[in-house]
Amino acid sequence: MDALLFMIFAAIAVICGINLVVQTHPISSALSLVGVMGALAALYLLLGGEFIAAAQLVVYAGAIMVLFVFVIMLLNAGTEKKMVVRPLGKYLGAPFLLIFFGMIAYMIQRILPASSPVVFGAFQGGTAAEIGRSLFTVYLLPFEVTSVLILIAILGAIVLARKEVD
Amino acid sequence: MNFYLLSLIKTAIVVGIFMHVLAYLQWIERKVIAHVQLRVGPRRVGPHGLLQPLADVIKLVTKEDILPSHVNKVFYFLAPFIAVTFALISISVIPFGPIITVGGVRTAMQLTDLNIGVLFIFGISGLGVYGVALAGWASNNKYALMGGLRSSAQMISYELPMALALSAPLLILNTLSLREIANGQAGFYLGFIPRWSIFQMPFPQIFSFILFLIAGFAETNRVPFDLPEAENELVAGFHVEYASMKFASFFMAEYANMVTVSCVATLLFLGGWHPIFPEKYGSGLIPVAIFAGSALLCFFHAANPARPFDRITLPVFGLLFLGAAGLFLLPPVQFILLPLFWFSAKVLIILFVFIWVRATLPRFRYDQLMRFAWTFMFPVALINLFITALLVALFP
Repeated sequence: MDALLFMIFAAIAVICGINLVVQTHPISSALSLVGVMGALAALYLLLGGEFIAAAQLVVYAGAIMVLFVFVIMLLNAGTEKKMVVRPLGKYLGAPFLLIFFGMIAYMIQRILPASSPVVFGAFQGGTAAEIGRSLFTVYLLPFEVTSVLILIAILGAIVLARKEVD
Repeated sequence: MNFYLLSLIKTAIVVGIFMHVLAYLQWIERKVIAHVQLRVGPRRVGPHGLLQPLADVIKLVTKEDILPSHVNKVFYFLAPFIAVTFALISISVIPFGPIITVGGVRTAMQLTDLNIGVLFIFGISGLGVYGVALAGWASNNKYALMGGLRSSAQMISYELPMALALSAPLLILNTLSLREIANGQAGFYLGFIPRWSIFQMPFPQIFSFILFLIAGFAETNRVPFDLPEAENELVAGFHVEYASMKFASFFMAEYANMVTVSCVATLLFLGGWHPIFPEKYGSGLIPVAIFAGSALLCFFHAANPARPFDRITLPVFGLLFLGAAGLFLLPPVQFILLPLFWFSAKVLIILFVFIWVRATLPRFRYDQLMRFAWTFMFPVALINLFITALLVALFP
């Protein structure tokens, strides 16, 4: 059952990911990205990361992507134009891509030990309480530094936007 | 009993009741608004207009489904589907009562209890905005686009204070599962003050309850925040190009969202299915008193009819109410009906507030709406969260 669900949601994620690149209209691409986020949330849920799954849904699919769609709709972005593909890229692109994927697959196989397959539902530390505890004990410094970083980014955005207005 | 069979039965019951509630909510809304405005409301179809929802459904299903030539077809069809799907999913994690045993089968009065129930509802309702935004964009119509844009901006803005208002009671109750949240509010202070979140120590959550309700009005696009479908500015907003069942889906989604917000408010702030005062002082007799009182009122008006028709219909309703009152006195069904009564009573009171506000308040202007969210709701929710966190830390 778990393996079947994994297959379904992994397939949805991959198809939506491909669709994101293939589509020419920004709204279609953005919605494909929402599909990827949703499928990833389901995969997190299968692995036992309940809080991460919910956060993925609330933050990425629910808030950030709505903002994307909002901006695309507000700017009324039209269908993008196809670029002229040079023959060099046309004939060399696909083989190089295959080689690149092969290298990544090889490296992943070398780095990860082959004898520890992923077990669905074996991970127990995915609850909100567990994540909160580790965020405020073990990972306190990285957590706080990240939040300061985000604060700096927000301030930077405001400063840049204000310069534009003046 | 088999888990799948049990789940199927429970789903059938919940879906059946939920659909009827959605249909009759519209009847209730029309009746309440009519009485606020000194009219009688629908009363042509069936006694007191009670069959009006059926007539409306038949009308909507059989209406011609127009497909405008200028729309983006894929998203035009997808949008009502997204809106209604994400609006209906949330009911699956709402608990309506305690764990009960019926005929030897022990089950919870809930479809499923997630340990991230609150976050699940929040995530699903966040996805519902795509339906409205896409409907506005795919209609390829400037009024619809304005409606879609307003809706997405409004929902992003009000999700923040809503989340902050929700977090405060969660700090006190210390769980995300909706069943445990409701159970954490059982019991009474001094023997008669209920331990609901809005009264619970160390910091009563009355402010976050009000903030949550205001944000709920904005999230469900209800008056006074119904700018996405403001009639006098945008004709009908995001659903201006929709007809027939696609139009009905948006309405269903709106009412389903209202029910969800009311259920969440009931569970998080009003103690779910727990009674307002202890059973030993006779809180179990309140539903009996209410139904018996309604029955007496019906009989009185049947004896002094305002319209000739009332002489026939009101005694029937009186008998029905008497039967309901009698049901609450029967021990074999009492333990199911009492929690259900308290839960539905609280949900219906909040729904009544929704309708009441619609009948009385004028619409906000768009800049007022945004300023209200960011300069009032957000800081107040943040301060409320800080005080709650401080008091929870000081008095664990």
